[in-house]
Amino acid sequence: MSVATHESGSPASTTEPVLELTGIGKHFGAVQALAGVDFQVRAGEVVALVGDNGAGKSTLVKIMSGVYQADSGSMQVEGRQVHIHSPSAAQSLGIATVFQDLALCDNLDVVANLFLGSELGTKAWMDEVAMEKESWRLLRELGAKIPTVRIPVASLSGGQRQTVAIARSLVGNPKVVMLDEPTAALGVAQTAEVLNLVERLREQRLGVILVSHNMADVQAVADRIVVLRLGRNEAEFRTVDVTTEQLVAAITGASDNVVAERNARREAPGGQS
Amino acid sequence: MSRTRTPQADDTAARADLIDERLAQDTGLRGAVDAFRRRIRDGDLGLLPVVIGLLVIGLVFYLQDVTYLSSSNLVNITLNAVPYGIIAVGIVLVLLLGEIDLSVGSISGLAASITAVMVVNNDQPLVLGILAGAGTGAVIGIAYGLIFTKIGVPSFVITLAGLLGFVGVQYLVLGDQGTINLPRTSALAQFAREDFLSPVVSYVVVAAIVALYALVSIIGIRRRTAAGLPAQSLTLVLVKSAILLGGLGFLTYYLNIDRGWGYAVVFFIGLVVLLDLVLRKSTWGRHLYAVGGNVEAARRSGINVNWIYISAFSLTGTLAATGGLMFLARLTSVSQASGSNDVNLTAIAAAVIGGTSLFGGRGSAYSALLGVLVLTAITSGLNRIGVDSSVRYIVTGAVLLLAVSIDAIARRARASSGRG
Repeated sequence: MSVATHESGSPASTTEPVLELTGIGKHFGAVQALAGVDFQVRAGEVVALVGDNGAGKSTLVKIMSGVYQADSGSMQVEGRQVHIHSPSAAQSLGIATVFQDLALCDNLDVVANLFLGSELGTKAWMDEVAMEKESWRLLRELGAKIPTVRIPVASLSGGQRQTVAIARSLVGNPKVVMLDEPTAALGVAQTAEVLNLVERLREQRLGVILVSHNMADVQAVADRIVVLRLGRNEAEFRTVDVTTEQLVAAITGASDNVVAERNARREAPGGQS
Repeated sequence: MSRTRTPQADDTAARADLIDERLAQDTGLRGAVDAFRRRIRDGDLGLLPVVIGLLVIGLVFYLQDVTYLSSSNLVNITLNAVPYGIIAVGIVLVLLLGEIDLSVGSISGLAASITAVMVVNNDQPLVLGILAGAGTGAVIGIAYGLIFTKIGVPSFVITLAGLLGFVGVQYLVLGDQGTINLPRTSALAQFAREDFLSPVVSYVVVAAIVALYALVSIIGIRRRTAAGLPAQSLTLVLVKSAILLGGLGFLTYYLNIDRGWGYAVVFFIGLVVLLDLVLRKSTWGRHLYAVGGNVEAARRSGINVNWIYISAFSLTGTLAATGGLMFLARLTSVSQASGSNDVNLTAIAAAVIGGTSLFGGRGSAYSALLGVLVLTAITSGLNRIGVDSSVRYIVTGAVLLLAVSIDAIARRARASSGRG
């Protein structure tokens, strides 16, 4: 497994998670969206978060990205207890989110989108040269194929737009990148491109959280797969150990079998599944 | 852009992309001409239609009346354009956000009334009167912004209410007096009517502008080259500077045959250039475009969206008030009719005719300048050949429709070529 790198002076074991959630609960009115959910991601690890509609994936993502606040439970970043009140608080803690709708401004060019809200330069004036140079560096790091950084993103393909959105999440040097359904609207070749990007992120020792419906994608890139069902941890698998059938069974709730329980116990000691 | 879409071999992708961009942009004069033609074909018309429009208008009225293009008439056109133009600059700001301010006419009339009452009736210092007038616009704009962001009333409705409400306030301010006359000797009236750059000064200014443009461009090339980025070629900069020098120089020579560049005109053009710089180079300007393009994306990237709205509405109000003061100065009077009728629609039409999209995120400060020149040139021409004002309204309406139609067609071309 991965070896986490720690700048902080915390007594780090080699597998200490960069982001850890314990016993997270969230309800909307009478609906218990999440109940006692545990989740963790380490540096250089791709964790897939899967589950059926209404399983609580989106709620969990929004709690991690600061859009919602949890009712109960605790969150730790690199071993430190944190409270995330807002999306900008999440970003400054090093948790970047690529939302499903990408949140790009179609009328602005690639450079403008990459640095939107965190423009380089003085407080009032932008340094376009520095931003363009940095844009090329980011895109090259991702091995991205963008013809020029000076065209409006409206003229890019779906995969290229996803690339821009992912590159954009790296601008603040995050520790964790969350990708919400990154391949949902993409074709075969573009999906492969995005999966390459995910692997690049892992190579750069980032913690990657991949939310997806697509079992093939999840099994192609994830190291671990966390299954949510009806707002609870249903199961947790190492990707190498699991078959698609087992995954589907866990997602649909037909996983009350010995194999899944054994896997879950082995992977998450003390976890409640 | 089809040529830049060619897939690259994986291992050389990043490098090839850079080279590829150079192919598309950095082949000097020829490359610039090619890029321009490609942009037009893809429906990114920019300021081209309005420039062609101006040429056609000039030609048509010249054929009707040879004195139309005389120095004295062109000077008049520039002077008449100023008040509308300043208001149109403000309209560009709200249009970039995808919002609208229908009350700029009322704000201009109210501001002019307040200044006139203070300066003429109450003998307050002129500076104080101007500050009060412009400040009124700023405060109204802030109020619009607060109502828009905190309560969530659509800007169309807020400013429609303002359109009606501030006409009433204007009547109150003017009181029983129907009209207040500003003395022609007032510095404000002088500024808008009598003050012109002397020929020597005007040529010095032109030379300074061209030198500054060339200098900034060359520094830009050096910085980009030093950073390893593609830059425009030196030849292109020199050609552009020469065109700028020739154009501005000739225009200055021609206007100087008559009175030359009015102070108010220089003020207006300076305002446009300043706003263009702010829109393109400042963080605030970038955020304004972002909010106009995708407000949710702007919010999620940490932009203070409410501040952008409030500051933009406030600037629009201030500019509308400033335009009102220019009307006061140019006409040397303010009445209950000030700011009514065509002021609103001319200012909004000017911004749209200049190419600023009604749907937000697309447009430039220069659209206000060019749009208002088109409308003022048409008004002047129709007045010269002596048609009724009914015809003027009809023609203005037709031009507005034509301009928006061109924009709609261009947008289709953009969509089909993927320029959004």
